[in-house]
Order: sequence, then C-alpha cells, then structure tokens
Amino acid sequence: MNGAMRTVRVGSAGPAHRLVFALLAAVVLGLAAAPYWADRDGIRLLGEFFAYAALASLWNLLAGYAGLVSVGQQAFVGLGGYVMVTLAIFVGVNPLFAIPVAGLAAGVIAVPVASLTFRLRGAYFAIGTWVVAEVFRLLCAQIGALGGGSGASLPARVVLGIAHDRAMREAITYWVALALMLAVLGVIVLLLRSRFGLALTAIRDNELAARSNGVEVGRVKLLVYVLVAAATGMVGAWIFLQKLRVSPDSAFDVNDWTALVIFMTVIGGIGSVEGPIIGTVIFFIMRESLSDLGSVYLMILGLVAIGVMLRAPRGLWGAVAARTGWQVIPLRRLLRLE
Amino acid sequence: MSEPVLVVDRLDAFYGDFQALFGVSAELRAGEVLAVIGANGAGKSTLLKTIAGLMPTRADAVRFDGAPIGALAAHKVVARGIALVPEGRRLFPSLSVEENLLVGGQLRRPGAWSLARVYELFPVLAERRHTPATALSGGQQQMVAIGRALMSNPSLLLCDEISLGLAPTIVRDIYACVPRIVGEGTAMVMVEQDIGQALAAAKFVICLQEGRVALTGVAAQVSRADIAAAYFGV
Amino acid sequence: MLDWVNTILQGVLLGGLYAMFAAGLSLIFGVMRLVNIAHGDLIVLAAYVALVTTEALGIGPLPAIVVVVPVMALIGYGLQRGLLNFTLGDDILPPLLVTFGLSIIIQNGLLEIFTADSRKLQAGPIEIASIHLPGGIALGTLPVIQFLVAVAVIGALQLLLYRTALGRSFRAVSDDQPVAQLMGINNRHIFALAMAISLAVVAVAGVLLAVRSNFDPAIGPARLIFGFEAVIMGGLASLWGTLAGGILLGVAQTMGARIDPGWQILAGHLVFLLVLAIRPSGMFARPGQ
Repeated sequence: MNGAMRTVRVGSAGPAHRLVFALLAAVVLGLAAAPYWADRDGIRLLGEFFAYAALASLWNLLAGYAGLVSVGQQAFVGLGGYVMVTLAIFVGVNPLFAIPVAGLAAGVIAVPVASLTFRLRGAYFAIGTWVVAEVFRLLCAQIGALGGGSGASLPARVVLGIAHDRAMREAITYWVALALMLAVLGVIVLLLRSRFGLALTAIRDNELAARSNGVEVGRVKLLVYVLVAAATGMVGAWIFLQKLRVSPDSAFDVNDWTALVIFMTVIGGIGSVEGPIIGTVIFFIMRESLSDLGSVYLMILGLVAIGVMLRAPRGLWGAVAARTGWQVIPLRRLLRLE
Repeated sequence: MSEPVLVVDRLDAFYGDFQALFGVSAELRAGEVLAVIGANGAGKSTLLKTIAGLMPTRADAVRFDGAPIGALAAHKVVARGIALVPEGRRLFPSLSVEENLLVGGQLRRPGAWSLARVYELFPVLAERRHTPATALSGGQQQMVAIGRALMSNPSLLLCDEISLGLAPTIVRDIYACVPRIVGEGTAMVMVEQDIGQALAAAKFVICLQEGRVALTGVAAQVSRADIAAAYFGV
Repeated sequence: MLDWVNTILQGVLLGGLYAMFAAGLSLIFGVMRLVNIAHGDLIVLAAYVALVTTEALGIGPLPAIVVVVPVMALIGYGLQRGLLNFTLGDDILPPLLVTFGLSIIIQNGLLEIFTADSRKLQAGPIEIASIHLPGGIALGTLPVIQFLVAVAVIGALQLLLYRTALGRSFRAVSDDQPVAQLMGINNRHIFALAMAISLAVVAVAGVLLAVRSNFDPAIGPARLIFGFEAVIMGGLASLWGTLAGGILLGVAQTMGARIDPGWQILAGHLVFLLVLAIRPSGMFARPGQ
C-alpha cells in the first residue's frame, strides 16, 4: 500500500437516512396521536399489532441472530400475564407498574430454564422449550387462587385503578403498547449496533469461526435468551392487561404466541430488523381479510410460510433488500475510503 | 487402439465463485493407469470429485464409455462404473468392515469383484470382518476403502491420496495390489503426493498447477526436471 | 401397595405406546437429522384415516391397520420427496419451520373435515376383557396387546436397521452423506424410505391411540412432546433405549395421575426435566454417544 494517505472510516449511516428517520419520526408521532383520530376498534387493533410486532422482533433476535430456535416463547408470554394478574389481584399493584415486574420475573426464571434447555441441540432445543411452556401451563392450572384451569379476570377496582374514564384507560393502554414496541425495537437496534451485535452476527454467520475468534458463544446466547424472555414477559403482561383476563390455555397457547409469531417473522424476513415488522403488517392484512375463513385461513398461513421458507428463505424483506440493498435501519458497517 | 473409457474434455470446476479447474483435458483406456500429481491446492482432488459426480460440471466435459456424464449425480455415476476411493478413506464408522464392503457392492453390478475376491486380495480384512471399520489400523482402513470401491465392479477406479498418512512398507503393500486390479481391465486414475510411487504404478502422468494442466506425458519418459518445472511453475 | 404395583404396570403398558410415538421420530432423526414437528399431528391423521377406513369398509380397527399402514407410508414417501428433502441442509430452521407449518395445516385440515368433536374407535368386546395375574392384579387385554405390538414394532425396526441392506444404507447415509452417494445410494430416495417407515410406525401408533382413548384434531402436539421426551430420556442413539424412555414416561404419568388426576401429564414432564438435569445424554445412552 503506497501512494496518498487515506482515511478509513467505519460507519453505517448515510445522508439518505436522514430522510428515512424523518419519515419514521412522523409515523411514530401519527401513531402516538391515534387515540385522537382512530375509533375504539382501531386502537385495539393497533395495540395488538404493536404487541405482535414486538413478539416477532424478539423471536427474530432469538432465532435469526442468536440461532436459538425456540417454539416455547409462550412460556414467557403466559408467565408475564400471570405475574401481572397475580400482582394486581393480591398485592394491589397498578397493572401498569406490574408490567416491568412481570418482565423481571420472566428474565429471572429464564436463567434456570436456559440451563436445562441449552443442553438440547438444534431442533430438540426447540421442543424442549415447548415442554417448559407446557409445564408452566399445567402448573398455572393448579393454582386454585387464580381460578385453576378456567383462569381469572382482573377485578373492576384494579381496572379502574388505571383510569376511571374508559376512553382514557384505553388510550393509556394503547400508549403503553406503543412505548413497549418502540423500546423493544430500540433496544434491539442498539444491541445489534454494539460490539455485542457484532458478536451475534459472527455467531449467526459461522458459530465455529466466532468461537475460535474468542466470542464466548454460550454467554452471548444466554444473555440474549434472558433478555428476550424478559421483554416477552412484559409484552405478555400487556396482552393480558388488554384482554382483562387470563387462563392457562390462552396464556400458554403455542399457536397464538409462537406459531403465528414465527410465521410473521419468516414471511417478513428472518435475520433483519425490518423483516418481522413487515411480516406483522402482512399478517394483520391477511387476518383482517381472511379470518372469516376460520381454520382454512390458518392453513393458508401455514402454506404461505412454507412457500416463503422454500422460495425466499430470507423472507419478503430479504428478497427486496438483496435486490436493492435497502436498509431502513442502518446496521451494516461499511468501510469507506476517503 | 481401443476407444478411451474416460475422456475429460476442457473441464472447468467451481466452488461457488472460485474457479478450481481451467480447461483440463485427459484420456484413459481400459487397464491403463493415469497418475495426477501437483502441489497442494492444484485441483487434483477436485478433478476426481468432478469425474465422480460430487461436483456438477458441463455434461460433455466428462465422457465415459462415450456417454456424457458430467452433469450426472454421484449415485448415477457409480451405477455406470466409476468408483472413488475418497481422500481420508471416509469409512462408515457405524458399520463393520464387512458392512462397509457390502454397502460398496449394493448396486450389484456384475463383474470380477465380490466379497470373497476382496478378502482374497486383502486377507487381513477377512479376519476382522465384524470389527467396526474405524477400529482398524490406517493401512487396513485404506484396504477397506479400496475394497469398498472395488465391490461396485468399476471399469474406472479413482484413488485420492491412498498413501496419505501411511507407513512406507504399508504403502508398498497396497500398491502391490494395483496390477491385480488393472489386470481385470479396470482403468485407474490416482492422485498422489508420493510422486515416485505414482510414476512407478502409472502409464501416463499429468501434473496440475493452479487448476491447469502444466505437464502431460508417459510416466516412464518424464524427467525429474520436467516435473519440478511443472510443479512449481519455474 | 398392590395398587401401586398395578399403577406401575399400567404405566409400563402406556409406555409402549409412547415408545412407538418416539420410534418414528428417532428413526428419521438418526437417518437425516430431521426433527419432525408435525409428527404428533401425523399420528392423529393416522387415527382419522383409521376412522374413515373402519366406517367405509365396516371392519374393526385392528384389521384396519392393514390399510392405514400403507396409506401413511405412501404419504411419508411423498411428503419427503415432494417437500421435506428441499429443507435439508446445514441450517436447522427450514425443516423446523416447514414441519411446523405442516403441523398447523394438518390440524386445521382435520378440524375442517372432522370438526373438533372427540372420536374413538370401537374394538368390540376385547376392550373390556382383562388378564388376571396372581395377587389380584388385572391388566386390560387391549393394553397388553398394544404393549406387545409396540415391542414387536421396535424389534422389527431394530432388525431392519442392523440386519438388512436397507438398514445398512440408512446407517451409511447417517454417517456420511456424500460418501454414501459414492456407493450408488440415492440419498433423497433413502430419506423418503426412512420417512415412509417412520409414518408406517406412526400409522400403527395412531390406530392403537384411537382405540385406547378419545382423539380430536388438536391432540397432536402433545403426542409429539411425549414421543420427544421418550427419545431424549432413552438416549438419542438406541431404539431399545427409546422403549425404556417411553416406559419411564408412562410410569411417571400413571403415578402422577394416582396422586392427582391433574398431575398426570405434569409428572411426566417433570421427570423428563429431571432426567435432562441429571443425565442430559439420556438414561440409556451408550457411552461415547
């Protein structure tokens, strides 16, 4: 290397992204104002959308980046719901404040869960996580004080504790969902842009090579697992706050909280930040237009997911990004010679 | 002169975007032995893998008994009579010696070789027929690998580095079997690091250098200097 | 005391069924490292095929096995060649997601055709017959037959794997796929045959399940989990270990149920987690595996 001195800059954001950020900010502001322009059903749907977008992004972090393909995330959704309801009913905690506690509980419980399930490899790990979720479901069904197998509702005094006015209560619940989703996305983006994110990307691309380059694969995976569990627990707490009741079968439902979430992530594009969000949008469009078909709609969803997995394993966003090089959230590091 | 069994015609081979072989050509007739020599990474193993169908290439880049086979999958290539003794032996660890041989012969191609003939060629294997194959010594494992390939009664046998990691006396024993193999009319292509061994056993030799043929000739006639030049490109 | 002996014996007999759930799962994992999430739903599918067969032909459930086995084996061969072969590779995600999708499709397809109603196959007078053992223990004839069938199926699989040319090919492909191809083995065909045999076992298991208890389209995932637990507890490598794992699970469940009916399934899961904690390679794994 001779000739003129060159500065090498490692960066990832370009000027074109300022426009994208401005657009994103406008969308977020518009969404924050939704209680002023949308009707009750709209607010409810959007809140549900935020919850699913967060779950899909979290599962993507787990499976798409850390290589931990779990089909047992319903364990933490349900756990979050049960912790929130328990705190609200027996301790009298405002359910909004119970959400972070639910997250903490899910994170703490994830440690022993990981120490067991991490003994299983690959697809067997997946089913192992499912067994754990089933154990949680069956244990919750044994708790008589929470209604056993039929579950429990949030009492009126607890619900009124959030806000006396119903519209206000629904607006607050909605804002919490928006904040939760934004926080989840923000943490994921920050995480992936940090040194830790580089370690994760290295593991995703080649676990053996990452290991031999000094990445502590086991610790990185454990950390991601616990973090995702905690956030999933918070989302779970929110989901059952909106439903106002919890039961073992709904709280630990593998189809609602894992199968659908996986399908969204795969259809949108696993292994990118944008993919799960796009997948959630597609899922909601499909659901709103096809749900009259009942079980046939779920069959169509399964077929679409299989088709995408075989034809475009990086999902719709992956296919678009491969063609255009687009990246809404700048994560890639480019070496620039100046 | 008879028609060649194997014709390799301007063969290119790729690992993804990386080109490993550039326009390699060669010919071989029944009962003849061709030695392929060259430095590490020159493309010797790639040539064998491509002939055996483990790596796809242009259909007519490999012709066998007159038919283009370059695009066939490996399991179809074997059925036509080409067997490969892979580098590192690659025996099936959960199978016994005899089971390894039987898997080699499961296509039931007619020909001179059978379980009994392989045991006759390598008597030590008969004694250890029920031992797990990978519990044998290196030399015995190499015998299983060769026997396994012979069990398909190939008209062309490809051998990848059969002397690798073996003691010289054992290498000599193994090479002593070559005349009996080609005596059945089988043609052989052998990739070797051990040039002396290869030139002694072969009728023809080609030397690869960075994926291209750098030298081709009759084994008995090429000089050490020619080989050194072809090896290192000086 | 006698009650407990009885409970344990019931658990052993139930374990035979679980071992059959596990054997099919174990076979395809061994040959192609595929974990089939739809395995449980395929068991349920087999139960419905048996239901249709008994109703259409007017025959009993046990003779219906003669029809259900080839039907399921064909489905297995087609499924593998037409779909699952395209998911195999270094990445574990595609087979997992595709079989997950399949699971949802089978469940909802069955729901669409047969509704969510519980069904059961009637085997006739044999259902109430029992065998009396000394000491006042009575075992149902049907569960005993089911257990013997399970042992026979696992024994047959063992013979197939270690005494036949096909079994040899299965083990060769499992060891080293590229070299197996060099022996003239068409891996895709071998994978499809393995899936066909797996689903033939599933067919027998499905019929036995349908005779033993009620079934509906939603019970597949739990059968997958039982089979999976038996596989892991038995140690991944051995079919007889799988039988032992199935028996352990069956005994844990019947003993749990004796303590409290709500604890039947839970007790099985807890024993599984316990085994995972103390012997992660399974109770009966051979050393070095």
